[in-house]
Amino acid sequence: MAEAVLEVSGLKAGYGPAEVLFGVDLTLMRGEVAALMGRNGAGKSTTMKAIMGLLPARAGRLRFAGQDITGWAPYQVARLGLGYVPEDRRIFTDLTVAENLEVGRRPARGGRAPWTPERLWSFFPNLAEMRGRRASAMSGGEQQMLTIARTLMGNPDAVLLDEPSEGLAPVIVEQMAEAVLRMKDEGIAVLLSEQSLDFAAAVADRALVIERGEIRWTGTMDALENDEQVRATWLTV
Amino acid sequence: MDVGFIVVQSLSGLASASALFIIASGLTLVFGVTRIVNFAHGSFYMLGAYIAVTVVPWLLEIDRSPTLFFTGVLISAIAVGVLGVLMELLLLRRLYKVPELFQLLATFGVVLMVQDAVLKIWGPVDIPGPRAPGLRHGVEILGQRFPAYELFLIVIGPAVLGLLWLLMHRTRFGILIRAATRDREMVGALGVNQAMLFTGTLFLGAALAGLGGALQIPRVSASSQMDLSIITEAFVVTVIGGMGSVPGAFLAAVLIGQLQAFGVLVFPKITLVLVFLLMAAVLVVKPWGLLGRPEAAAGRAALPEGILAVRGFGRVEKLIAGLAIAAMLAVPVFGDAYTVKVATEVLIFALAAFSLNFLVGNGGIVSFGHAAYFGLGAYAAGLLVTKGGLPMEPALLAAPIAGGLFAALFGFFVVRLSGIYLAMLTLAFAQIAYAVCFQWVEVTGGDNGVVGVWPSAWAASRQVYHYVVAACAILAIIALRRVVYAPFGATLRAARDSEQRADAIGIDVRTHRWLAFTLAGGAAGLAGGLYAFSKGSIDPTLLAIPLSVDFLAMILLGGIQTVMGAVAGAAAFHTIKDIFMPLTDFWRFLLGASIIALVLVFPRGLAGAFAGWRA
Repeated sequence: MAEAVLEVSGLKAGYGPAEVLFGVDLTLMRGEVAALMGRNGAGKSTTMKAIMGLLPARAGRLRFAGQDITGWAPYQVARLGLGYVPEDRRIFTDLTVAENLEVGRRPARGGRAPWTPERLWSFFPNLAEMRGRRASAMSGGEQQMLTIARTLMGNPDAVLLDEPSEGLAPVIVEQMAEAVLRMKDEGIAVLLSEQSLDFAAAVADRALVIERGEIRWTGTMDALENDEQVRATWLTV
Repeated sequence: MDVGFIVVQSLSGLASASALFIIASGLTLVFGVTRIVNFAHGSFYMLGAYIAVTVVPWLLEIDRSPTLFFTGVLISAIAVGVLGVLMELLLLRRLYKVPELFQLLATFGVVLMVQDAVLKIWGPVDIPGPRAPGLRHGVEILGQRFPAYELFLIVIGPAVLGLLWLLMHRTRFGILIRAATRDREMVGALGVNQAMLFTGTLFLGAALAGLGGALQIPRVSASSQMDLSIITEAFVVTVIGGMGSVPGAFLAAVLIGQLQAFGVLVFPKITLVLVFLLMAAVLVVKPWGLLGRPEAAAGRAALPEGILAVRGFGRVEKLIAGLAIAAMLAVPVFGDAYTVKVATEVLIFALAAFSLNFLVGNGGIVSFGHAAYFGLGAYAAGLLVTKGGLPMEPALLAAPIAGGLFAALFGFFVVRLSGIYLAMLTLAFAQIAYAVCFQWVEVTGGDNGVVGVWPSAWAASRQVYHYVVAACAILAIIALRRVVYAPFGATLRAARDSEQRADAIGIDVRTHRWLAFTLAGGAAGLAGGLYAFSKGSIDPTLLAIPLSVDFLAMILLGGIQTVMGAVAGAAAFHTIKDIFMPLTDFWRFLLGASIIALVLVFPRGLAGAFAGWRA
């Protein structure tokens, strides 16, 4: 448990002239679920995009699974075992559910049993019933399930999960929380960005609080729940 | 008309549709994945035909069998596919992130290079291909004879459609292509090496173009002009069908094939016009084409950075402008006849380029057919003098009016679109104008054009005419420059930077763009009229794609983000062209290579490179 799978140090990134990240430092341990918490615009999604290489890091170092991945292309990062579930889902709407999974398929590493569509059907029973359906004909919650399933097809060791509960009905949010916990059971480390304390508290071991492009506070989820001061300063709107 | 005739006519339309679909499907696939509109697709088609007329007869020497004929066709397609891979590795790979205008120009650079390469390898004479063994006979259909090879083509189109469908739905490669057509960045984030995917797509797309070309050899001779004629048709098919949609391309190809087959009976002279009218009509009703969809992430700009800060002339700029004008006015006093001719043309092209950058740099409207308005102005002036018997003065007045009127007419449709669709539509309208001037021989003299477009007696000498041009061009540039600085110009820039925001603060974006398009067309028309009298003749090259590209190269050379860059670019481009073109047989090759180099190395033009070097 003590071994870090993802290490980010001094990460700076932004869009054009706008700087968003001013030196983010964070560590994700193997097999843990950590919640990157912060208000809108604090830099949660930007952090994830920069780790994936979707946004160039302007400074700082990124290490994943023992390798320096700074400056790598997104596909290289993904192949090393880092999965990414974007906030806006970005499923391939012209493709069927099964085809969406096919796009995500990568061989498993380290002798673990690979994820297959069949395994995922039992993981997300809803998806099994609509495997031949076009993804554009799915509800938001179903699409969110599909993006996670699609990322799991890549047999990741760790997953960046951007705002998984955003805009979903409470019953779906519950299913999402279950999915995150089951990923943890499978030994997958999860870094999820979240604004909802309830959701984070339900799934995460640790919290990292980000504000204005820097990590301001780190601690266990319990500590965050009990620390009114931290929440008031960095989280409450 | 009897039924047999109608059936046969319709079948021949289907045969053309099949051939067109095979080519267009490659173009639309490549666009879907790479988001690059590949002008060189027509060059691949031409190369397919040339390779086939070389390889197939050689194979038929061994045995005149259908098997060897089609083996040769397939070899040609694969060879062209390999060339497509080369193009992806050497060029396209560097272009994926640059603005669309640059991509179009760079792939057009390849077109120019291939044209000279083909002339060098295969010579200037058209090469007829062998007919297909086993398919040389005619088939009797309802009392009419119909070539068996055409029937074969009718079958091959749907067969290719079917195979492509299987490829796209039953193979991992196809599924990845379809996914990448929607969101290629996400495909990368899922661990797919896009580079391999793009290379594979280019192979497939180029091979389809090559197949289309190779299948044509029993019907048409391989010639060095077949690239640009097919690329326009293929563009039209993909735009009507929806860019990126293979079934859409099939539907559009069938529609166009039928329209041409029956249109030729009703309006034999203007079949091309009918096709483009269909395109305009479809785009107005369905801006994304019949089966196309709006781009999911339209994040990338069609345009490079346009004109940003419009500062007035400082002391230095005033001095440079004054010196430039003085130099232009002094040329007839000190220069020889050749210098005067070049200086006159520089002034004319400066006006044309300035009017284009008024649209591109200031308005964000990428016109790929600006030569149309230049040429229409030239034709209006030229025809009024030669056929209408008018003197130069009223003819010169008519030139900007003609350019402006046509720009207003075409612009009405153009401003309804944006980005790459807009560029394609301007290109299509330019090709309509070209087709009319080319096909309407009685009035326009067709390919030969009209000679005897001379200035009035008082302006007959090169020197005096130079002053006529200088007065018109400089005044027009000053006037147009004032418009850039006026609130109207600022409004256009606002609409360029964010159409939605401009719309939200109450700017009627369409009307502003339409007026800008009309104004630029008028200015280009004036330049065209001036050009007609300086040459003494008019011909269809004045409206053709290469001249439109020359204009774009001028503003690119000068720097799109500066107000006056276009003028400097026109001067530099035309002078270089005039000095070097007579010295080499490979002018087009050099021009193509230069355009590519310009896009890759100096995307901000000479002015930008200078500013960057100073900073």
